[in-house]
Amino acid sequence: MKVIKIDKQQWATGIKSLKNSYQLYAPVKEKNYYNFRKLKKDTLPDFDQLNTHLSPKSIVFPQSKVMFEYTIDEKKDDHHLMKEVGKDYSPRAIIGIRPCDAKSVSLVKMNFDTVDYKDPYWLSAYEATTFIGFACNNPSNTCFCTTANCGPYHEEGLDLLLVDSDDHYLVKVITEKGESLLKASGWGLEDTDASIIESMKNDAEAKITSKINTDKLHEKNTLDLHSAPFWDNVAFSCINCGTCTFVCPTCWCFDIQDEVHGNDGVRTRNWDSCMFPLFTLHTTGHNPRGEKHQRVRQRFMHKLKYFVDKYDKGIMCVGCGRCVRLCPVNIDIRNVCEKMNIYEPAS
Amino acid sequence: MSSYIDKIKEISKKLLTDGQVDMIIGFKKGTIPMMNEPCLVKKVNDVNHLVWDSNCRNNLANYLAGNKNKVGIIAKGCDSRNIVTGIIENRIKRDQVYVIGVPCTGMIDKEKVSSLVDGEITGFSEKDEKIIITCAGEEQTINKADVLQENCSICIHKNPSIYDELVSGLVEEQTVDRYEDIRKIDAMSSEKKMNYFDDLFSQCIRCYACRNACPLCYCPTCFVDESNPQWVGKSQDSIDIKTFHILRAYHCAGRCTDCGACVNACPMGINVRMLTKKLEKDCLDKFNWEAGLSLDERPPLDTFKPEDPEDFIK
Repeated sequence: MKVIKIDKQQWATGIKSLKNSYQLYAPVKEKNYYNFRKLKKDTLPDFDQLNTHLSPKSIVFPQSKVMFEYTIDEKKDDHHLMKEVGKDYSPRAIIGIRPCDAKSVSLVKMNFDTVDYKDPYWLSAYEATTFIGFACNNPSNTCFCTTANCGPYHEEGLDLLLVDSDDHYLVKVITEKGESLLKASGWGLEDTDASIIESMKNDAEAKITSKINTDKLHEKNTLDLHSAPFWDNVAFSCINCGTCTFVCPTCWCFDIQDEVHGNDGVRTRNWDSCMFPLFTLHTTGHNPRGEKHQRVRQRFMHKLKYFVDKYDKGIMCVGCGRCVRLCPVNIDIRNVCEKMNIYEPAS
Repeated sequence: MSSYIDKIKEISKKLLTDGQVDMIIGFKKGTIPMMNEPCLVKKVNDVNHLVWDSNCRNNLANYLAGNKNKVGIIAKGCDSRNIVTGIIENRIKRDQVYVIGVPCTGMIDKEKVSSLVDGEITGFSEKDEKIIITCAGEEQTINKADVLQENCSICIHKNPSIYDELVSGLVEEQTVDRYEDIRKIDAMSSEKKMNYFDDLFSQCIRCYACRNACPLCYCPTCFVDESNPQWVGKSQDSIDIKTFHILRAYHCAGRCTDCGACVNACPMGINVRMLTKKLEKDCLDKFNWEAGLSLDERPPLDTFKPEDPEDFIK
């Protein structure tokens, strides 16, 4: 694999050039937190952080996205007809996405890009995006990516991987899409010695001491896990907010809503959360997941059991640790995973 | 305050052993520094899992409603005021709760602590009124008073307003100007106020953690979750977001104890108290009312008194 070197002194010039042909999204500090934002004219990516507060999933899958507009004014010829709204799928690049967040895009793709159905909005945004990873040399204490089929130098879902090495970045060129971006940047494409990357990768992996066990999840009987006695206990402290699902880079659920103002309406897709009772409320008034413990169980069963069984690609979690850090009551997926992995029903 | 734990365990053991309560609602140690998790203890042996320190910031009154059992609950000043409010509003039966009162010296703001060091905090302990944190392998001692949550630093009801037993002697209450920030906002022009609140809520992700952490928010279906009719849009529209926050605050008028659970729960660090505090100030100014101090007085918004101010009638 080709590896090139970017002198940090050349970094700003390349970013400036890229802004001519790409919308650039990168971590910037806003108020107290680092988050991915579209870079303004003179702004550079700010890598001085472990990972962004929220994942960059909204760049491909916005929290609210208008799909159609319509009018209900019957005096107009096109009343009650859904019209596609103009959407911008011009090339964009996410600079500095962590390997865990990039892998999560691959997991989410399994939902939006299937044999039977292809989500045009998600896929168009995905295809327009070049993913430039930023390897983690100093992972957080709540990172457990190495045991979530991922890692601080993991390349899945990435077009380029940046490795911070003193006064320069080493850039692994993973796809042609990545190479095209490099061409537009003017950083050059000359191959360089990359032998240092392997040892840096090993050092970074060794720093990740938080681990989960997932080896027995697949062999567990689904109904046994579903009726395991620990769910009430796991769910006790849960306040049923949507924090864990909204900060999770792999959560993909959405709801579609019509909103009308006067005679003008829009059909919008919004993130939804399995933690909310409304998520499963039927029009009859019946709610199959009306109780808190049912919703908590659903979230963990989906990530750690149903997904594992359906796709055979491991768990639906990349070990980014955001839900662990941000849950207001400290429900920790690592503990729940362990409970599920070791569970043996009473015979 | 961490020294309270021995007494908390002693009382909890006694209550469970004697069958005075079926369960205790308290805190167990969290999995990351500066976090504890609300927990339910049903067995005497499990009492040892209970912890108490300056990270017990969730309002445990939130876990009481709908409980059919006799419950022991560890209650700080604010929690106890929310228990009183719950009893007044017929959410909680007084004889079903045994209040283990904690004279509170305040909870710490974990973001404030994190901002003092350049790196991740890997260890936390406290002794007396000092906080000891570990960052990059080095210990650092901080005065707890410097890193208190904002609501705790201006708290004037640290001692429980209702309790069956206390875990220590009462702590000294302070006299403090609680509303300096609110007066500043009050003095702003309409345009500036709008900008202030636009900015305050600009990062809201509508996870509703503020609402769900609040012991006052117990409507079976919140107005934002009503779908027929649907009162509020569901998108990231800033007017819908502000509608949610402003209406929620109004629903808490005369009931909010400024426990700070909403702010603590917010994953985006939004100080939603800037709305509830204004209403708290209004209740104090207009009705001389502070929520949750007495079981014998009805809240101003569900009663009428001839001396209630009427200057809003033009």
